Amino acid sequence: MSVLQIKRRQEPLFIWGSCLIFLGAIVLSLGISSLLLLIQDRPPIQGLVLLFQGAFGSRWALEDCLVKAIPIFLCSLGVAIAFRLQVWNIGAEGQFALGAVGATWIALNFGTLPAPLLIPLMLATAGIFGGLWGLIPAVLKTRLRTNEIITTLMLNYIAILILDYLVYGPWKDPVSFGFPMTEVFSDSAIVGSIGATRINWGLLLCVVFGVMVWVFLRFTRLGYELKASGENINAARYARLPYERLVWLVMILSGALAGSAGFLEASASLNRLQPSIMVGYGYTAIVVAWLARLNPLYIGIASYLLAGLRVGVEHIQLDLQVPAAFGGIMEGLILLTLLAGSFFNHYRLVIRRAP
Amino acid sequence: MKKTVIVLLFAFVLAVAVSPAAAKDLKVGFIYVSPIGDAGWSFAHDKGRQVVDAMPGVTTSYVEAVSEGPDSERVILNMARKGYDVIFATSYGYMDPMLKVARQFPNTTFMHCSGFKLNANMGNYFGRMYQARYLSGMVAGAMTKSDILGYVAAFPIPEVIRGINAFALGAQAVNPQARVRVVWTKTWYDPATEKEAAKSLLDVGADVIAQHQDSPSPQEAAQERGVYSVGYNSDMSSFAPKAHLTAPVWNWGPLYTETVEAVQNGTWTSQALWPGMEKGIVDLAPFGPMVPQAVKDMVTKKKSLLVTGTETVFVGPLRDQAGSLRVPAGAAASDNELLGMTWFVQGVIGTTQ
Repeated sequence: MSVLQIKRRQEPLFIWGSCLIFLGAIVLSLGISSLLLLIQDRPPIQGLVLLFQGAFGSRWALEDCLVKAIPIFLCSLGVAIAFRLQVWNIGAEGQFALGAVGATWIALNFGTLPAPLLIPLMLATAGIFGGLWGLIPAVLKTRLRTNEIITTLMLNYIAILILDYLVYGPWKDPVSFGFPMTEVFSDSAIVGSIGATRINWGLLLCVVFGVMVWVFLRFTRLGYELKASGENINAARYARLPYERLVWLVMILSGALAGSAGFLEASASLNRLQPSIMVGYGYTAIVVAWLARLNPLYIGIASYLLAGLRVGVEHIQLDLQVPAAFGGIMEGLILLTLLAGSFFNHYRLVIRRAP
Repeated sequence: MKKTVIVLLFAFVLAVAVSPAAAKDLKVGFIYVSPIGDAGWSFAHDKGRQVVDAMPGVTTSYVEAVSEGPDSERVILNMARKGYDVIFATSYGYMDPMLKVARQFPNTTFMHCSGFKLNANMGNYFGRMYQARYLSGMVAGAMTKSDILGYVAAFPIPEVIRGINAFALGAQAVNPQARVRVVWTKTWYDPATEKEAAKSLLDVGADVIAQHQDSPSPQEAAQERGVYSVGYNSDMSSFAPKAHLTAPVWNWGPLYTETVEAVQNGTWTSQALWPGMEKGIVDLAPFGPMVPQAVKDMVTKKKSLLVTGTETVFVGPLRDQAGSLRVPAGAAASDNELLGMTWFVQGVIGTTQ
């Protein structure tokens, strides 16, 4: 009789092994998705081709996906910093909302300033608002020992309600027939597109922030302390690393990055603030950060792939008339196989003959 | 060998070239905010789409569950890029994204439901649902014993507020004691949240549950407690046969076929359409067996008056919750006042925030 045993690998798989697992997971999930298409009497090959075309197949596709990837990337970069310290910031959604509120506040009150002044001011305010919103659970955690998973999550609801209050109340556009939205921002408060593309200049911001975070984590003393504390809090305390201040710092940075995403969505995508700005990027960001193993470059890739998946699925919907739920199922399948696959980075299965 | 191939190729090219060009099908796209399986708002629109799909020379497609933010712009844009000739966007939040796309595709016809913006190639349309709401309010007002009517509502926007007011006025017309309690869910479609909201209304004594939501779960909540309910969007009686009194329902087919025919004939022009019961775009679902004949007769009579335009719903004197006069006696609220309605009439319990 033989027995299946799980064995821990001596060393995690080297890079090609991980790539192989990654590809295997993708192929497996696409295979299952094709089966699902087949069950619904839809041509699976055409479905996958549509998915691929929608995500990478044309200039439009690249533009659409990059635009969608921008807020996911920024939120994800933010939560990744906090996760490095093993501070579980589930609050990117709320920090995103507060960032959008901060940027809108500037846009509505100082809309006459020239763009070179106004845009940085909006970005900074969004960062401060998001950062301060992140600081609240950080202080609660270090001073009152509350669990940050709960507090960050709860603060999301509060942030969204603040946003709702403002757009339903004081900031409501008087000519919107009572619909909840601010007036359209002045031209100088709108982040424009790069050339003739649909991509806004937020892409540049992503590159700059991505590189900054990478340098910070890799080459600075603080970044090192952060990683060290994240790996073992007790050892870090023993080595007298300033754990409390590190928690504050990562939550401020994390919140500021999510806030900057909120600023970009309000300014570049919607040109105003309205409740539909909240589409769950803050939660998507958590998945992306884990898929990318908290590495800024991988976060960029994963954000794009997830955006591509969502855009591509729309094409399948339009051309093959599959239900929207199919997109969700496919996304779930891919994430599930990828996460399950990462198990094999550290473990392997061996078949043993029982004695 | 080579020669045969060339001859065959030539014959093929010739055949393709001389075969009469088939009249190009008109491609019509629809964008829905919720899944079409919701039995509600998007379901009603999709029934309209199916009528269009049966027209000769027309093919249709749709994308469902498109959120109202930047995602909708991309979906509309992709339809336009893929050569759709007519695009219907069926939620308020699609208005500005659609306008952006409409400006880039002057040869495509865009139709937006429930908004107010127009462009040379973008019209808008809606129906006077408040008329059917009023009638359903009459039924609810006649059937309630506790005089508390519960109303599960999505967002405090004019469309919803107008519907609640009409429902309250209808209820008060037959039962001056009737009060309407409103709970906001801040979602169009979330069956679990809708049900919880309905239960919270049942807990404070409501014995008829009405809804401005896209799923039938408030109906189910009412049936589970053994009280009555009024549906919305489509006939929801199959979800709660013992509770379902009636429902104000949409019937988009005629408007959609008219629009597509106009585009086919080249007679389409951009305008704001707001038809009512006279066009059959809004109606009342069949009454449940528990509704007494006297109530049916009363409602049917009022309906015929609304259809002929002899009577309207929002006639003065109308006072808001604080008691100040909004529509003076003898006057009727104008369309602009209705479209921008942000206040509750007296007898509604809740805030418009």
